[in-house]
Amino acid sequence: MAAHLKKRVYEEFTKVVQENDPSVRLKIASLLGLLSKTAGFSPDCIMDDAINILQNEKSHQVLAQLLDTLLAIGTKLPENQAIQNRLVDVACKHLTDTSHGVRNKCLQLLGNLGSLEKSVTKDGEGLAVRDVQKIIGDYFSDQDPRVRTAAIKAMLQLHERGLKLHQTIYNQACKLLSDDYEQVRSAAVQLIWVVSQLYPESIVPIPSSNEEIRLVDDAFGKICHMVSDGSWVVRVQAAKLLGSMEQVSSHFLEQTLDKKLMSDLRRKRTAHERAKELYSSGEFSSGRKWGDDAPKEEIDTGAVNLIESGACGAFVHGLEDEMYEVRIAAVEALCMLAQSSPSFAEKCLDFLVDMFNDEIEEVRLQSIHTMRKISNNITLREDQLDTVLAVLEDSSRDIREALHELLCCTNVSTKEGIHLALVELLKNLTKYPTDRDSIWKCLKFLGSRHPTLVLPLVPELLSTHPFFDTAEPDMDDPAYIAVLVLIFNAAKTCPTMPALFSDHTFRHYAYLRDSLSHLVPALRLPGRKLVSSTLSANITPHEDPSHQFLQQSLERVYSLQHLDPQGAQELLELTIRDLQRLGELQSELAGVADFSATYLRCQLLLIKALQEKLWNVAAPLYLKQSDLASAAAKQIMEETYKMEFMYSGVENKQVVIIHHMRLQAKALQLIVTARTTRGVDPLFGMCEKFLQEVDFFQRCFIADLPHLQDSFVDKLLDLMPRLMTSKPVEVVKIVQTMLRQSTFLHLPLPEQIHKASATIIEPAGESDNPLRFTSGLVVALDVDATLEHVQDPQNTVKVQVLYPDGQAQMIHPKPADFRNPGPGRHRLITQVYLSHTAWTEPCQVEVRLLLAYNSNSRLPKSPWVEGGEVSPQVETSVIEGTIPFSKSVKVYIMPKPARR
Amino acid sequence: MPEIRVTPLGAGQDVGRSCILVSIGGKNVMLDCGMHMGFNDDRRFPDFSYITRNGRLTDFLDCVIISHFHLDHCGALPYFSEMVGYDGPIYMTHPTQAICPILLEDYRKIAVDKKGEANFFTSQMIKDCMKKVVAVHLHQTVQVDDELEIKAYYAGHVLGAAMFQIKVGSESVVYTGDYNMTPDRHLGAAWIDKCRPNLLITESTYATTIRDSKRCRERDFLKKVHEAVERGGKVLIPVFALGRAQELCILLETFWERMNLKAPIYFSTGLTEKANHYYKLFITWTNQKIRKTFVQRNMFEFKHIKAFDRAFADNPGPMVVFATPGMLHAGQSLQIFRKWAGNEKNMVIMPGYCVQGTVGHKILSGQRKLEMEGRQVLEVKMQVEYMSFSAHADAKGIMQLVGQAEPENVLLVHGEAKKMEFLKQKIEQEFRVNCYMPANGETVTLPTSPSIPVGISLGLLKREMAQGLLPDAKKPRLLHGTLIMKDSNFRLVSSEQALKELGLAEHQLRFTCRVHLHDPRKEQETALRVYSHLKSVLKDHCVQHLPDGSVTVESILIQAAAHSEDPGTKVLLVSWTYQDEELGSYLTSLLKKGLPQGAT
Repeated sequence: MAAHLKKRVYEEFTKVVQENDPSVRLKIASLLGLLSKTAGFSPDCIMDDAINILQNEKSHQVLAQLLDTLLAIGTKLPENQAIQNRLVDVACKHLTDTSHGVRNKCLQLLGNLGSLEKSVTKDGEGLAVRDVQKIIGDYFSDQDPRVRTAAIKAMLQLHERGLKLHQTIYNQACKLLSDDYEQVRSAAVQLIWVVSQLYPESIVPIPSSNEEIRLVDDAFGKICHMVSDGSWVVRVQAAKLLGSMEQVSSHFLEQTLDKKLMSDLRRKRTAHERAKELYSSGEFSSGRKWGDDAPKEEIDTGAVNLIESGACGAFVHGLEDEMYEVRIAAVEALCMLAQSSPSFAEKCLDFLVDMFNDEIEEVRLQSIHTMRKISNNITLREDQLDTVLAVLEDSSRDIREALHELLCCTNVSTKEGIHLALVELLKNLTKYPTDRDSIWKCLKFLGSRHPTLVLPLVPELLSTHPFFDTAEPDMDDPAYIAVLVLIFNAAKTCPTMPALFSDHTFRHYAYLRDSLSHLVPALRLPGRKLVSSTLSANITPHEDPSHQFLQQSLERVYSLQHLDPQGAQELLELTIRDLQRLGELQSELAGVADFSATYLRCQLLLIKALQEKLWNVAAPLYLKQSDLASAAAKQIMEETYKMEFMYSGVENKQVVIIHHMRLQAKALQLIVTARTTRGVDPLFGMCEKFLQEVDFFQRCFIADLPHLQDSFVDKLLDLMPRLMTSKPVEVVKIVQTMLRQSTFLHLPLPEQIHKASATIIEPAGESDNPLRFTSGLVVALDVDATLEHVQDPQNTVKVQVLYPDGQAQMIHPKPADFRNPGPGRHRLITQVYLSHTAWTEPCQVEVRLLLAYNSNSRLPKSPWVEGGEVSPQVETSVIEGTIPFSKSVKVYIMPKPARR
Repeated sequence: MPEIRVTPLGAGQDVGRSCILVSIGGKNVMLDCGMHMGFNDDRRFPDFSYITRNGRLTDFLDCVIISHFHLDHCGALPYFSEMVGYDGPIYMTHPTQAICPILLEDYRKIAVDKKGEANFFTSQMIKDCMKKVVAVHLHQTVQVDDELEIKAYYAGHVLGAAMFQIKVGSESVVYTGDYNMTPDRHLGAAWIDKCRPNLLITESTYATTIRDSKRCRERDFLKKVHEAVERGGKVLIPVFALGRAQELCILLETFWERMNLKAPIYFSTGLTEKANHYYKLFITWTNQKIRKTFVQRNMFEFKHIKAFDRAFADNPGPMVVFATPGMLHAGQSLQIFRKWAGNEKNMVIMPGYCVQGTVGHKILSGQRKLEMEGRQVLEVKMQVEYMSFSAHADAKGIMQLVGQAEPENVLLVHGEAKKMEFLKQKIEQEFRVNCYMPANGETVTLPTSPSIPVGISLGLLKREMAQGLLPDAKKPRLLHGTLIMKDSNFRLVSSEQALKELGLAEHQLRFTCRVHLHDPRKEQETALRVYSHLKSVLKDHCVQHLPDGSVTVESILIQAAAHSEDPGTKVLLVSWTYQDEELGSYLTSLLKKGLPQGAT
């Protein structure tokens, strides 16, 4: 828009370029760079000038800045090959500059713009062929470490831009691993990793021997070596990259866990077994036994070497590193490698289990999560289980819950193991009663995974006796419930188990099945009728009748258009009821059913509103009736916001329909107000706003408009030119007729849709003791809630506190308060500060969770904002509205007057 | 020939009384000044008479460096400085300076009060000796005198342990003291930069050991203690008051806290409290975890660990006791050991190295019947466990450090000869550097080739840099300049400046050469032919044809003249200055080949 203006600005700049002070020139150069980054400015016009200035410039800093500007220009014009070549030439020319800053920028430019295709320079003299990789590669041995780093980074940049690096770089990069400077080493590790991913299978010779190994193995060994580097930055880098080297051969991989196995790279084929024998005979002592470090007989010096290089014990080192950053990186890498190699998973188990005792909680947590991720590859031995379970006594809640999650998907090998786990979990329960739900859930999975192991334990667990009746345990005891959850879930796939139950167990089963239905499955018990289990026993999910039912109900609504208003209303009401019931019965369909039902409810409200008498009666009489219609409009708006923001998995085609519905609601609002207010002036503004909305809709969903044939908006857009010029009264009239004529749009069902929901676990709202605090001061209230299917909870979930005086307070929890225990699930553990003036009586405040939304965040940004300095965060954090999505919990508080 | 000489007075192929003399660049430095645990006679201290028989030590030593506060590294210090006599500076780190006198005092008490030794250093001597100490910070370069400088690096091992780099000019020696390459519960790992010293003197206590993962050890340790306590047994852990003790305390403390255990843990001796105080103070010397969390809670403020009283040993029920000394050779740990040895429920865990001859060494070697003083025989029924918690680097750690520092030579001390032999072989094979392992009193001499610094003027450097095109590490670069040697001071300057400084006039050196060319044409034409030929061959150079008929290439002059005898032959006179030697000789060889026939 303002290109000419900018050009003008630029001309002003060029006048000042003759400035004597280098710092002024520097600033101008940087401004030119910024200028060429802005939208709507075609930077090719300033390029020539910039290059000219470059040739006469003496100050290194200004040179560097100018090159930076050229880089900005070059990245702005990615298609123009000629310009790119020209810039590359300029960069090459300045590569010999004495200042590291200039060389750095040149390399950066080469990395960003240089192409692999050999470009022939037009003028016939000089070297005709340019190989960017070769040029950059030459600077790997620059005298300045910063330039070396920049050269490697440029190379990586080339790779990122999709150019294939030569394999010859590998050897150069390997040399850089022993550089004196950490940033060079760190970048070199990355480069080696990149090359190893490009040429994993090519063969490289091992120096000082005539053998060869795969490149990826060689690179793996080298990166492993860097795990014991002097600088922790390099160590973190190396440990991280190890995780993604999945092509490495398994024997190299397994060496990483064995510090003692000093198998040398040089003669691995010949010396591998010999080395193994050597170490089982113990050349080195382990430090566990006294006196086993007496040297044995001399060994052939050629047989063992290279304590230093190779993959040996890389992870052993990484996991006991001083810096926890390295340890975490190592654990993550271990996780990734173990996921791809079951045999490695088995081997690394001991090390992971050891990490459960780390001194930093984060590391412990990370290793528990890792273990969970690889748990389908492994079976825990009893002694490992023992160590794992010991962590249950940890005082950190996160750790315990992560461990429960882990136990949910662990395979245990023996019945003693199950027993041990149960005992430890019960111990955990008595020590930390708040873990109740988590422990029950854990036992549920433990039971259903190991029915055959639970079976022999049943009599002991239920303390039944073959001859004597035993006392009936207390039904409210959480520990007893825990045991029952384990047994019932095991019994689901083990039909012989119920025979071992005593009478009261059956009674308890019935009770728990009702009260804790999510934990206790339906069992086929003798003499009991079980409707659901007999029905759904052998039906494949494909032809699931409930899904069919859902489809049918929705198809029924298609015919809505042909029904009279009364019939349509009835049909909608019926369908909504069906859908709601279905959602309750079938949890996996709840999202879809709810979503559709909400949409239908909107339609129902719209139809109802349009059926109101108010449209027929004369103006003065409708004042009262209009309440209903405007209420309907308001409710439709609310529902559409819920549809848009409370469901995860909503796709664009649904969003269009939702927005369309909202537009209809706005239209309704407009015509209702038009009828109820006198005078034209307020109407004027409203009409304009409405037309803006329509315009907005058109701009946002232009691609989807063809799908909206015959719809309200379709017709409206046809008449748009007329509307723009009409008077408000006429506009209202047109809109009204449009709205009445509009057809019902069918809502396509998304693949996967889930309704966001939240449950506040704490505060439980049961306490009769008020929280007392001095008025004017604050009291901290612990809030613990689970969130399901919430996208981006860090930005959207808020806590609301409602005081009895109607005052409402919204609290933004810190991003760190959200944990992510599993896909689609989040957990909010935060503190809410309450405060109020003094009360005479204790009273209840309500705490609930809100979902904040901002419908503008979806829309494309207006072009003039794009290049500006407005940070995106400012924009998205604006809250347009909120939707409560949890039940509110009452908290009893009592602010006391301050003592004087 | 300059050289570095190293003579161990102690710790040469031995553990104990570390004391190493180093002569480097004309400076004499003594590294550590320790005592030997195994001896009670004169052999317990290094033989300082080696340095000088008569005359004060101060005249022979430039400084003394103490690596850390263990008695085998600093035990002989008061004897050395006060009784033998040394007034020069003694360097050590701040924590060492703080804790060292406590240990020395303790050592003195045992020697004098318990054993009744005479002629031992007194408390006052310890105080006087500590007055000579200069404390250094990590990575601080301390100038001992104009030429000698020292620098400390973190070494792990115990609180305040440091490695020292001793540097004279371009020659340097690194002495590691004792160090640990794996971090533990309270200290970080040793670290050194790539300082490439001429000699690295490293300890080699665990020359033949590659230890398991530290975590396995910790887990085993905790499991054993936990089991014994659950059984109702008593656990004795003999430790030295400082170092391992703190690590194990932290380990047990956190375990107790996490597992909510109730059995009491005791720590013997009052010395510990004082020392713990220093541990709380020197937080910057500890590991990442403690450094990061000490604001919330200082890890050295123990909740579960209480002071031990002698009467507690007879209390019923389980308990864990840390008692000194660590090798069960005397003191409280031995007393408790005698009380508890008879019960098989009890357990003793030896967390570190035991010197031969101590009770600790005996029971670890599997002896079940011990002869105590007074002909008593003690039957050991309790469980004996060994767990290497010594904070020394293992073989891999030593190799790692050698790799990090990249020394030219390695010298092993503080280890057993046999094991050293093994490690020496490994190091020589792995790093291709010389490795030495002198015995006590044996001198190792290393010839060095110190580099001589030469100053170069910036103008010259820049000018020469600008001439070359691309940097190429493989090719050496030729630099033209003049070397001026003036009062042991070397400078490289451009020749013009050298002339100016020395007040000399410049002499022109010109080479002339005649080239005979068979060409019947006239001189002018010949010159023209030469000109066009050279122009086509030497594209990069400026070739000119002057009006007087001569041709110049840069500053080289070529004149054609007719041969006096043979008119068919022309003589080309080529003349160039010394500076253009390269181009000039190239030109003559070019002209000698003759002119191409095709050219007119």
